[in-house]
Amino acid sequence: MIFHKLDRREFFKWTGITASSSMLFGIQAQSDENSSSFKPDLFLEITPEDKVKIICHRSEMGTGIKSSLPMIIADELEADWTKVEVIQGLGDKRYGSQNTDGSRSIRNFYDKMRQVGASAGLMLELTAAKKWHVPVRECHRKVNKVYYKNKALSYGELCSDAAKLAVPDEKNLKYKKAKDRRYVGKAAKNVDIDDIVTGKAAYGNDVRLPNMLFATIQRCPVVGGDVKSYNKEELENMASVLKTHVIPNFTPPPVFQPQGGIAIFARDSWSAIKARESLKVEWNLGPNKDFNTKDYRKYLEAQVKKPGTPKRTRGNYAKIAEDTPLVKADYYTPFMAHRPMEPPVSTAHFHDGICELWTPTQNPQAVQSAVAAALGIKEEQVYSHVTLLGGGFGRKGQVDFAVESALLSKEMNCPVQVVWTREDDVQHCYYHAAAAIHLEATLNEKKYPEGLLMRTAFPGIASTFVDGALYDNPTILGMNFTDIPYDIPNLDLQVCDAPAHVRIGWLRSVSNIQHAFATSSFTDELARKANIDPVVYLNKLLGPDRHVDLKKDKCDYPNYGASIEKYPIDTKRLKNVLNHVADKFDWDKELAIGHGKGISVIRSFLSYIAIATEVSIKGGVVNIERIDIGIDCGLMVNPDRVISQMEGSIIFGISLATLGEITFENGACVQSNFHDAPVSRNYDILDKINVHLLQNEKAPAGVGEPGVPPVAPAICNAIFDACGIRVRELPLKNVKLDA
Amino acid sequence: MPSFKLNGEAITTDKTDMPLLWFLRDELGKTGTRFGCGKGLCGACSVLLDGQSIRSCQTPVSMLDGKEVTSIEGISENGEHPVQKAWVEEKVPQCGYCQSGQIISACSLLKSNPTPSDEDIKNGMSANICRCGTYPRINQAIKKAAEAMQ
Repeated sequence: MIFHKLDRREFFKWTGITASSSMLFGIQAQSDENSSSFKPDLFLEITPEDKVKIICHRSEMGTGIKSSLPMIIADELEADWTKVEVIQGLGDKRYGSQNTDGSRSIRNFYDKMRQVGASAGLMLELTAAKKWHVPVRECHRKVNKVYYKNKALSYGELCSDAAKLAVPDEKNLKYKKAKDRRYVGKAAKNVDIDDIVTGKAAYGNDVRLPNMLFATIQRCPVVGGDVKSYNKEELENMASVLKTHVIPNFTPPPVFQPQGGIAIFARDSWSAIKARESLKVEWNLGPNKDFNTKDYRKYLEAQVKKPGTPKRTRGNYAKIAEDTPLVKADYYTPFMAHRPMEPPVSTAHFHDGICELWTPTQNPQAVQSAVAAALGIKEEQVYSHVTLLGGGFGRKGQVDFAVESALLSKEMNCPVQVVWTREDDVQHCYYHAAAAIHLEATLNEKKYPEGLLMRTAFPGIASTFVDGALYDNPTILGMNFTDIPYDIPNLDLQVCDAPAHVRIGWLRSVSNIQHAFATSSFTDELARKANIDPVVYLNKLLGPDRHVDLKKDKCDYPNYGASIEKYPIDTKRLKNVLNHVADKFDWDKELAIGHGKGISVIRSFLSYIAIATEVSIKGGVVNIERIDIGIDCGLMVNPDRVISQMEGSIIFGISLATLGEITFENGACVQSNFHDAPVSRNYDILDKINVHLLQNEKAPAGVGEPGVPPVAPAICNAIFDACGIRVRELPLKNVKLDA
Repeated sequence: MPSFKLNGEAITTDKTDMPLLWFLRDELGKTGTRFGCGKGLCGACSVLLDGQSIRSCQTPVSMLDGKEVTSIEGISENGEHPVQKAWVEEKVPQCGYCQSGQIISACSLLKSNPTPSDEDIKNGMSANICRCGTYPRINQAIKKAAEAMQ
């Protein structure tokens, strides 16, 4: 439980800047009332009690980043991990980006975290050396102490003198060699695990403030609609209801603005939730009231039968495809919803012209900007605390739920916690887009593609930010669509228009889901048609060892926001992870009757992943008998968390492949809870998931998302191998698999 | 007015219609029991009722008269229960939100079946959803705890 008395010192703890010690990268280090602490950097404080306080500025939603980033600082610093206290950082531009999505916390901050630790460590050594009148090069630091011969001083003993030193020039910093690492690449105890197993861990809806009210919101079931009329008097006469309030619909594009609806205020969560049963409301449903997934699917599938906008071109596909036999296939994946175990929730207190929030958000700076805009105050007047997240998967980076709480706190002039029910979460999501994909190829005499045409149609995340956007931006298109690595002389990759009628958002691994499903299935279809083993086929199809040059193909490729020189598309690493997993899986082993094997290899979020699986078909149902995943993500900071992310990605992938589906009728989401939108349970999942870590010293790449996309195609490829049925749409629960 | 025991302490209240989940969280400030779906489908709200794992979001306080309830706070405040220790050893949690309920259901399972088979574990734990995908580690931790509790 988090209980704040709004103590002013506590309030300004990480925001107040007083005349103080050092400058580091132009960011002034802060001091607080404890002037004998050593605070060389925004991220780090060492106290006279020998404690090491580290700020984690990226949101913790289960990846373990709240331990992993501090491990990097602690390693270079040579801190005693048992003395480390990690504090979740407030939303503050000075930390750099806090947008915890895109599987990029480690790669974007690895160097910075090392620098923080190395710099503070050097300052402590300099302090000790000065105290002992000895050369600093004969001192060394180890586990919260600095040593010189038989002398030792703890960091706690050194810190008040260290605080007086100037921060050393970056050029003078020394960094650990790999062999000297203590935590990075090894292990450190997760900082939240003890609280989690005892129920003490504090998530979004555990926040309690004095005089806090609870609210729930009945939002218009159709995006773009608003309240026409409702039984206001009847509701407000109920003993459990304090007040109701109408929220107007957003001005398009949605961005993070609240949807139109009715807020109900009560003194406890249950009263606020239950009061909605008494709500009688009429809606102006708005422009999307006829939207339905049945017709929309037909529309998407028709779109990819017509030419679209070229996004990558090589050679002349149209010419070589003329008058030649073509292999064609069409794929479909549905809308999906994240369903983190913790539904969205946010607490806000608007007072004295500022707004404080406590939100399980993936992006506290987006909370600052969205709330500032909604309230008409400055971003610096928004204090966005980040609680633990009970799961995110992308949903909690879309901060409409934080804005709602700010508006309602302003309305009621007291702290307000806005509770989302599970129904609210399912029905007012920023959905993963449904997609139709058309693939066709003309083959050479060796049965490999001479030319490939791919068309994709899905409502873009772009539509959430730009009104009327017809397809998605280059970053989202560069997820196993424009960046397919195959060695094919003629390529024609086109995106087709698909306007949005619901809010579209990022869901773990984003458009890699549909694109990897289509391309990993299609390349498998080609292999099977050619009667060539898929692993052999993929090795040849990936072509010679090289860095794939997309500029040559007139392709705008943001490369997940990373430099293409530092993170090239490396076909050697693709083949390496493919063959490694195939080997560990014992790919050539003979399988029992009714069993089949499938494989998928992709590059995603700059990492290289392969998944091999063995399935059996019994009574029309697929059973996963075995599944292996290999990941090459460069340097691994926290290997156990990499393993747990691979386990989790596979289970998330099995769930979306077999069950995950959201549909719409009359503009509204049909599903509401876990009974009609089921997810994988314990008995659906095999206990042994084989994770193979391909560790190396290359630049760190993504871990949280890349394990998801290869799951569905690997399973469907295995299904084909087992029974000859080619599945081209998800989820599998809609597909008849009678052998 | 219903009168029941919570983690060994006697509780009397007039909030008879309120589901135990919200009574724990909002009335008593015991926030370790989590809200996940409100329809008894996900298990995040699990508590022990006379030793059995039940869905507190579906259990109005009026049903508790004369009974003993154990919430996650009552398992062991310092994490010393063998199930909690196994959870830490196996590094089970990811986001952790479902884990109070998972631990409660694990305690319930081991109470009624001290030597569960792999299938017993999977079936016994399937009232509790985990979106992060910790099922394999949950099951491994339960096996470990079962051994420790022999």
